[in-house]
Amino acid sequence: MSFLLSVNGAEHSVDAPPDSKLLYVLRDSLGLTGTKYGCGEGMCGACTVLLDGKPARSCQAPLSAVVGKKITTIEGLEENGRLHPVQQAFVGAEAFQCAYCTSGMIMAAVGLLKKNPRPSDEEIINAMDGNICRCGTYPRIVEAVRRAASSAKGSSE
Amino acid sequence: MNEQETRDLLLEEQEHAAIAPLRYGFDLGRRDFFKLLGSGMVVCLCAGPARSRTSEAHGQSEDDLPQSIQAWLHIAADGKVTVYTGKVEVGQNIRTSLTQQVAEELRVSASAIELIMGDTALTPYDMGTFGSRTTPTMGPQLRNVSAAAREYLIDLAAQRWHADRRSLVASEGEITDPNSHRSIAYGELTKGREIVQMIGDDPALEPPSEWRIAGTAMPKVEGRAFVTGKHQYSSDVIRPGMLQGKVLRPSAFQATLKSFDPAGARQIPGVTVVRDGNFAGVTAPDLATANQALQAIHAEWAAPPQTSEATLFEDVRKAATTETDNPGGPPHFIVGSVEQGLSSADHTLAETYRISYIAHVPLEPRAAVAEWQDGKLTVWTGTQRPFAVRDELAQAFRVPADKVRVLVPDTGSAYGGKHTGDAAVEAARLAKAAGKPVKLVWTREEEFTWAYFRPAGVIDVKSGIRRDGSVVAWRFDNYNSGPAGLRPPYAFPHQAIAFHPTDPPLRQGSYRGLAAPANHFAREVHLDELAHVVGMDPLEIRLKNLTDPRARAVLEAAAQKFGWKREKSSSTRGLGIALGAEKGSYVATCVELEIAGREVKIQRVVEAFECGAVVNPNGLENQIAGAIMMGLGGALFEAIHFDNGRILNPHLVTYRVPRFSDLPKIEVETVNRKDLAPAGAGETPIMAVAPAISNAIFAASGIRLRSLPMIPDGLPATSLPGSHA
Repeated sequence: MSFLLSVNGAEHSVDAPPDSKLLYVLRDSLGLTGTKYGCGEGMCGACTVLLDGKPARSCQAPLSAVVGKKITTIEGLEENGRLHPVQQAFVGAEAFQCAYCTSGMIMAAVGLLKKNPRPSDEEIINAMDGNICRCGTYPRIVEAVRRAASSAKGSSE
Repeated sequence: MNEQETRDLLLEEQEHAAIAPLRYGFDLGRRDFFKLLGSGMVVCLCAGPARSRTSEAHGQSEDDLPQSIQAWLHIAADGKVTVYTGKVEVGQNIRTSLTQQVAEELRVSASAIELIMGDTALTPYDMGTFGSRTTPTMGPQLRNVSAAAREYLIDLAAQRWHADRRSLVASEGEITDPNSHRSIAYGELTKGREIVQMIGDDPALEPPSEWRIAGTAMPKVEGRAFVTGKHQYSSDVIRPGMLQGKVLRPSAFQATLKSFDPAGARQIPGVTVVRDGNFAGVTAPDLATANQALQAIHAEWAAPPQTSEATLFEDVRKAATTETDNPGGPPHFIVGSVEQGLSSADHTLAETYRISYIAHVPLEPRAAVAEWQDGKLTVWTGTQRPFAVRDELAQAFRVPADKVRVLVPDTGSAYGGKHTGDAAVEAARLAKAAGKPVKLVWTREEEFTWAYFRPAGVIDVKSGIRRDGSVVAWRFDNYNSGPAGLRPPYAFPHQAIAFHPTDPPLRQGSYRGLAAPANHFAREVHLDELAHVVGMDPLEIRLKNLTDPRARAVLEAAAQKFGWKREKSSSTRGLGIALGAEKGSYVATCVELEIAGREVKIQRVVEAFECGAVVNPNGLENQIAGAIMMGLGGALFEAIHFDNGRILNPHLVTYRVPRFSDLPKIEVETVNRKDLAPAGAGETPIMAVAPAISNAIFAASGIRLRSLPMIPDGLPATSLPGSHA
């Protein structure tokens, strides 16, 4: 079946069965390999993308469910070569080690800050608890989300 | 390296090399070869630097490392510096710390340097990235190379200007003559030619106290590529015409293929089915089709009956080789006479500690992309041992090693879990059959099942102590978990220490710190028990038995930062302390936890760590905090469950790893000893976490937990204070 997907602001026609999971379509059909496979079971968050601005596990999302939605991947965050504030905060806090979880962490954080621009530490931890960093960079990831929240606050005030 | 370090390294090598290979039993049918030759595929190999680097030029063993600068470092006409090392980046941040050390000695900006890492066609031979060896060995190697190159550039400029070399200064990628105010860029001097010059024995190196680039908190090289998704891990590599591969996994460990009917799979367009001995798999243009083809294969496996978790610890002890049946085999360390020590003790204590199998769970599972062209094999794969994997591939496919190239893109973590080339061999076998490049990414379930595990083990400790807190006898027997970190940092006068290897029930191998976290757990918990026996403070008993000033320093630093002498445990609040020393570095960990009913919440972890001169405090802090988080998992809840050759919890739903909600307040105190050579930091910071937690639980509850993981289901409900859990 052919599906029209809106990914990072561009339309893509994809030919695949309707139950194909978005993760593999992004990675293998569209070459957007920034979104990672970690478990394929929705348990690690490495494949997190935004669907209409909300974080979602792309390994669990069938194509039929994402048609008509705005899909944003890690590749779609930069604007005119400028990093998104959350990306900038992750670089600034060096909130990664092997960085394989980083795309998913950043997408989860972007989703959180859209909904809640000034999260408490507890809210950050609750919102991000589905994302695993096996290197254990959690303290710095929390710090990066805090920094991103305060930089966005600074620019909007 | 002193004798003890050499012996430790040898022991460690044995542990690393002991991982049993997956047995494929390839026959490599002739049809595949013809198909491959006839496929006429067009392949463009990754363009390496425009020069040929032969195997003779980069050595084939650690004793045979190239002595010429050109094998390690190249300066292009435009001043770009390329450095070659067989080490790999798996998140420990050595791409950055090694770059800093080159920049320091070569005197160029770090941004002018690119490291080519873990590419068997381009980099000098390397045994592997493990054992915290990069900082103490590759760091000095690249500093020597860079210093030698710098001196050679000074020579070139002196010749050119007919100047006295002693008056010339190397700085910022240029040689300057302060007398005549002339300067010339390195690239102008080399014009991109190879530096065919020996490294020499004693290049003048900057002491850490004079470092300007090394020793600073330089941000991770290419950090931007990781936050934009541009960095390509092995699993992200895409090759022209590439297919997706899947392997048909056996029903249980050690199973053999009894019947195989691929008819259903063969009918699916674009699918190639491979069967070779006990190996079977498929390739297809996309993953969904490959999975469909795999489902369509009808196969029957036969597996022998195998050990189960229920009898693990008895089995491990039973299967152990003893001194008598393996003379000189198991490491055995004797100091004084334990019998004599025990007889002079006021109290003796004998306890047993148990360590479960755990999994590494690298977030990037094993993955490989393999490509054959004209009888040559190229594989991109995440491994800690690119040259060993190259040899594994050469052996599996019966081709000379120089026909195999292994490239290791910066990898999605490893923790000792990626020493083998399993995915590489499988992808290469599928690619050989399909006649096209093949990508194989293990699923999480495959990773949990077909990788190898941190060894389970049983550790018996028998000790004697005097009323004044001096430990006078120390007998320590480790069954199966390994010899690393076996010997105490304490000055016990009578010791008998042995490691007893076994024929392990599961495929096992190295893990962050190898067996040292297990041995530290048993030692540091037992010492806490002894403190209780004589009514001594846990910090005091350690200091009482320690003479090593570096060990004392970290203990005191951690205790001070934590407020050990001020803070007190209560029935709901436990404080624990533990010490670790391994591979030339020292760690002390203090834990504060809260107990509510059967729930234990780790509130605060304070860790002091000393690894000589710090090369990058930024990366170091990340490694320490990460090791603490990883240590929490193995301490509290991680365990692999298995029954008769099958893993029962091969999913993240059933195998719990630490998450944000497990995050305690972490405070790190690094003791920077600029007067000491830098030691590695990837492993030791994990070692004192589990015992400090066990000791803190005891301090609050009186429940002594001697098995890892300690509380997979919360505190034991039926435990009474002082009971044996």
